[in-house]
Amino acid sequence: MSDEEAHEPKILASAAGGGLLDRRLFLKKGLAFGAGAALTGHVVKGLAEEPPAWMKTPGEPFSNYGRPSPHEKDVIRWISANAGAPGNGISWTPLHKLEGIVTPNGLHFERHHNGVPQIDPHQHRLLIHGLVERPLSFGIDDLLRYPMVSRLCFVECGGNSNAGWHEEPIQTPVGYFHGLASCSEWTGVPLAVVLEEAGLRPEARWLIAEGADAAAMNISIPVEKALDDAMLALYQNGERLRPENGYPLRLILPGWEAVLSVKWLRRLQAANRPVMARNETAQYTELLPSGKARQFTFVMDAKSIITFPSPGRNLSGPGLYQISGLAWSGRGRVKRVEISADGGRSWAEAALQEPVLPQCFTRFRLPWRWEGAPLVLKSRATDETGYVQPEREALIAERGRHGYFHYNAVVAWAVAKDGTVSHVYA
Amino acid sequence: MRKERQRSVRQLPKLAIACFALSAACSAEPEGPRLGHPASPEEIAAKDINVFPDGTGLPPGKGTAREGKVLYDAKCASCHGPKGIGGSAGELAGGGSLTGPHPDRNIGTYWPYATTLFDFIRRSMPLDAPRSLNDDQVYAVTAYLLHINGIIDDRTEMNATSLARVEMPNRHGFIPIWPGEKAR
Ligand code: HEC
Repeated sequence: MSDEEAHEPKILASAAGGGLLDRRLFLKKGLAFGAGAALTGHVVKGLAEEPPAWMKTPGEPFSNYGRPSPHEKDVIRWISANAGAPGNGISWTPLHKLEGIVTPNGLHFERHHNGVPQIDPHQHRLLIHGLVERPLSFGIDDLLRYPMVSRLCFVECGGNSNAGWHEEPIQTPVGYFHGLASCSEWTGVPLAVVLEEAGLRPEARWLIAEGADAAAMNISIPVEKALDDAMLALYQNGERLRPENGYPLRLILPGWEAVLSVKWLRRLQAANRPVMARNETAQYTELLPSGKARQFTFVMDAKSIITFPSPGRNLSGPGLYQISGLAWSGRGRVKRVEISADGGRSWAEAALQEPVLPQCFTRFRLPWRWEGAPLVLKSRATDETGYVQPEREALIAERGRHGYFHYNAVVAWAVAKDGTVSHVYA
Repeated sequence: MRKERQRSVRQLPKLAIACFALSAACSAEPEGPRLGHPASPEEIAAKDINVFPDGTGLPPGKGTAREGKVLYDAKCASCHGPKGIGGSAGELAGGGSLTGPHPDRNIGTYWPYATTLFDFIRRSMPLDAPRSLNDDQVYAVTAYLLHINGIIDDRTEMNATSLARVEMPNRHGFIPIWPGEKAR
């Protein structure tokens, strides 16, 4: 028995194979972890002069709008744009570099069909017409006077995680695999309020939304969702929307694939049928092995991903760690996240960080003692409807490998003897 | 306090649904300040560019694949390749099958409605100059894309009536998941 094992308190009871520990450990016995770490750590010598330089001269002056530390310059979105059209493509949220549940505004993922329009809010209007009693047009200043609500929720592209369909597991940091999902506090006017003002006719079943970008992107939204919890969002994380996130006005449809949360919203046409736009027929539909395709697959099913450890965020040696990750479900709250450190043979329940909100990122954590042996980590989310995140094999058995959209299978990370982490299908 | 606020927020949509179900004229809470400006038929006509599968929204105008080929070569081929194949942007033709190890999703094999082509091209293409084609030109390139996908011949005129009548090969290839699923 080594010194450090002898000093580890009894509370480090195993919760499942592979060294997973009881989820309450860090909450109740935070000190135990600290003490263990201190024993295994070595004394830091000769780091720098004392006091450090920044304590011996006055600091920088104030700034009108703060920026991240220059030491965090690698915490950025990776851009994958079309070579022939720089405004067509995506950028990813670096989920592997973030903690908690809120995505900083400058790191919210992007999907643009033809660039980011630079919109003058005084010239932007929202037109509501079609099957309504009173066709109406609203200026942004009008909407800013309406009663507002705020809610935290994720926004996830229907094409997020699509590398999971690949024959071979993609080797890339978490954000560039699952980072077409972000989470913000959105504030705006419930869509139901302005629809009530316009007076939806009983025959109206769909709203055809349209953006004011150079793609004039349009898509059909069921009236049920519009009246349930859809929002005309004006603010994101406390400040007005960023241009790349829809300034000055966008839709937020909590839990539904993000293409429906139309940015730069300029028009809503109430209709008795969908318009069958390109982005609800040719794209954002899922081809099945039969040759038929799933259409109007709006809800984003439950998903979970371990963000630490993860590819590129390796382990520095055996010892105590905290596994950390994100889970979410378009159907409601995350009820449970289980973690396996033996490739799925045994599972331990992770602690869910409050707040646990419907259609929202939920941070999960679990203490873990890695003994230094190779193993496979997995996480599995269950939501409040009882839906359980499927294993990859089961998802592919149901959908084939050419659906492209709505990939939400359990993700597996292999930890090698030297602590490096890679993506595996296991 | 916080609970109360959340509950009242949750009630908004429910009330709206009740209101919607009862009658359009019903004016239950929540009350906005009602600042919507009446939209004139002219404003709506100027902005409304949605085209539905039954042809609703198609403007007057016409074009054939012959006319469309010239336009396509000048304004589309740089990104989509000659005859819709081999460009930097998505392929617009090429046939193939929707089953097997390498399914081919394109206009001829996958798109369920020809009207979607008109709707999309008029609003979004060409990518480097959207809204630069007039309606005759949009009909013509639409006809050309239908032609290179083997759906119409190069003389058939596409207009507000004929385009909506084109039966796409994959018209019945889709399984709507909504509304079988609940909203939440
Ligand atoms: C500068 C490059 C460029 C030019 C020029 C261009 N396109 Fe495109 N086109 C694109 C890109 C990029 C996309 C994908 C857009 C997206 O991601 O939403 C696209 C998408 C399309 C699609 C949808 C394809 C699908 O399967 O979803 C059609 C149809 C289309 N273009 C037709 C045209 C026509 C017709 C023209 C000429 C009038 C044209 N394009 C000119 C770049 C271009």
